Amino acid sequence: MLKNRSLIAPSDLTLEEIEELMRLSEKILQTPERYAAVCRGKLMASLFYEPSTRTKFSFDAAMLRLGGNTLGFSDPNTSSTAKGETIADSARTIGKYADLIVVRHPKEGTAKLMSRYAGIPVINAGDGGHHHPTQTLTDLLTIRHYKGSYSGLTVGVCGDLKFGRTIHSLVTCLARYENVRFLFISPEELTMPAFVKEELNAKGVSYTETTDLEGAISQLDVLYMSRVQRERFISEEEYLRLKDYFILTAEKMQLAKSDMIVMHPLPRINEIATDVDSDPRAAYFEQVRYGMFVRMALIMKLLGAEEPA
Amino acid sequence: MVNVSKIKEGIVIDHIRAGHGYKIFQQLGLDRLDDVVVLMRNVDSEKMGRKDLIKIESNLDINLDVLGLIDPGATISYIKDGERVKKVSLTPPETVTGILTCRNPRCITNQEHITDIKFHLVDAATNQYACEYCDARTRL
Repeated sequence: MLKNRSLIAPSDLTLEEIEELMRLSEKILQTPERYAAVCRGKLMASLFYEPSTRTKFSFDAAMLRLGGNTLGFSDPNTSSTAKGETIADSARTIGKYADLIVVRHPKEGTAKLMSRYAGIPVINAGDGGHHHPTQTLTDLLTIRHYKGSYSGLTVGVCGDLKFGRTIHSLVTCLARYENVRFLFISPEELTMPAFVKEELNAKGVSYTETTDLEGAISQLDVLYMSRVQRERFISEEEYLRLKDYFILTAEKMQLAKSDMIVMHPLPRINEIATDVDSDPRAAYFEQVRYGMFVRMALIMKLLGAEEPA
Repeated sequence: MVNVSKIKEGIVIDHIRAGHGYKIFQQLGLDRLDDVVVLMRNVDSEKMGRKDLIKIESNLDINLDVLGLIDPGATISYIKDGERVKKVSLTPPETVTGILTCRNPRCITNQEHITDIKFHLVDAATNQYACEYCDARTRL
């Protein structure tokens, strides 16, 4: 039962609970209008202590499409924190007004702290470089929608694998399913961190590391792109040498399977060339839409909202 | 060679890794006790080469979690009428609350000054614990 629970990390959810959320998301996706009033009278506080227009819009849109209302802020200078209020006290106070809290904060562990004091469910919408579980749910729904299931897939993740928290969460979550294989495509400076590889090794999950996107792309069912940031390199020369290796172009897409999908947590900068956008395998803008549906399903479950008859 | 007589009633913390005795002394707050407390450092040991040793002439209720954290190899002997009545071997505790602090500067606990942070043992071999809030690893 997800009712009255908080979601802080993807690992808070069992595979059965993920399945429950995916099923509900797909039902909503098919006939969203049926769900337009299931959260009527419910109030969601969206507390964005750091800017994130995309995630805030997605949560707000999700709640409004369920017939609920939202309140909150996207600038911490307008909140009581600016007056020195602790997170614990903010949680206690907001828990008296709202039915659900969505929080993004630059400090790691903030959502967990809020969940301890709020007395209502808390959804972590990103706590620094730590967790962003609804991005993982978004990615899972996108893959499921295009591929039907996760088992047996070869998933390539490309770009900044060292600092990309959405990639760490997705890889460790997919590794819970049977027979998923990974290709980690990155510059040597930005390879997958040891803690992720240790987890895969412990589970006996197969993975390969490479610096060659062109060489790897033909094997993939899913290609998850992320941005290689200039500031991560010590040497400008090295950055310039490698940056184009990790830009996905229409030319490179010719080497991929006809049913491979391309995903990206967005925003993209230049790591996916715009000539890929019209390719039917480009799933990254649809991914945004699935993000809203999966958040609708999550809000419903945490609030214990009944499915329409 | 310094000789310290046997205690009649109290606790002996033995087999402390050399250099860790003072840390245990501090963490258990032994400096605040009115009873007799002896900290011996760099004592010759057949098994360990050198070791530290603490004798406390008091029936203090010792926080074994603290000891297990600092030195899981230490042993505790409870003494009554000059005889050992119980010996306890330590293991690192699975969870500790309110003893460790998180060293991750990006962790919320360093902004909010939370004192009852729970840490979970993640690697018994290296005595490493993970913060319940940010998962960053730390040790005492």
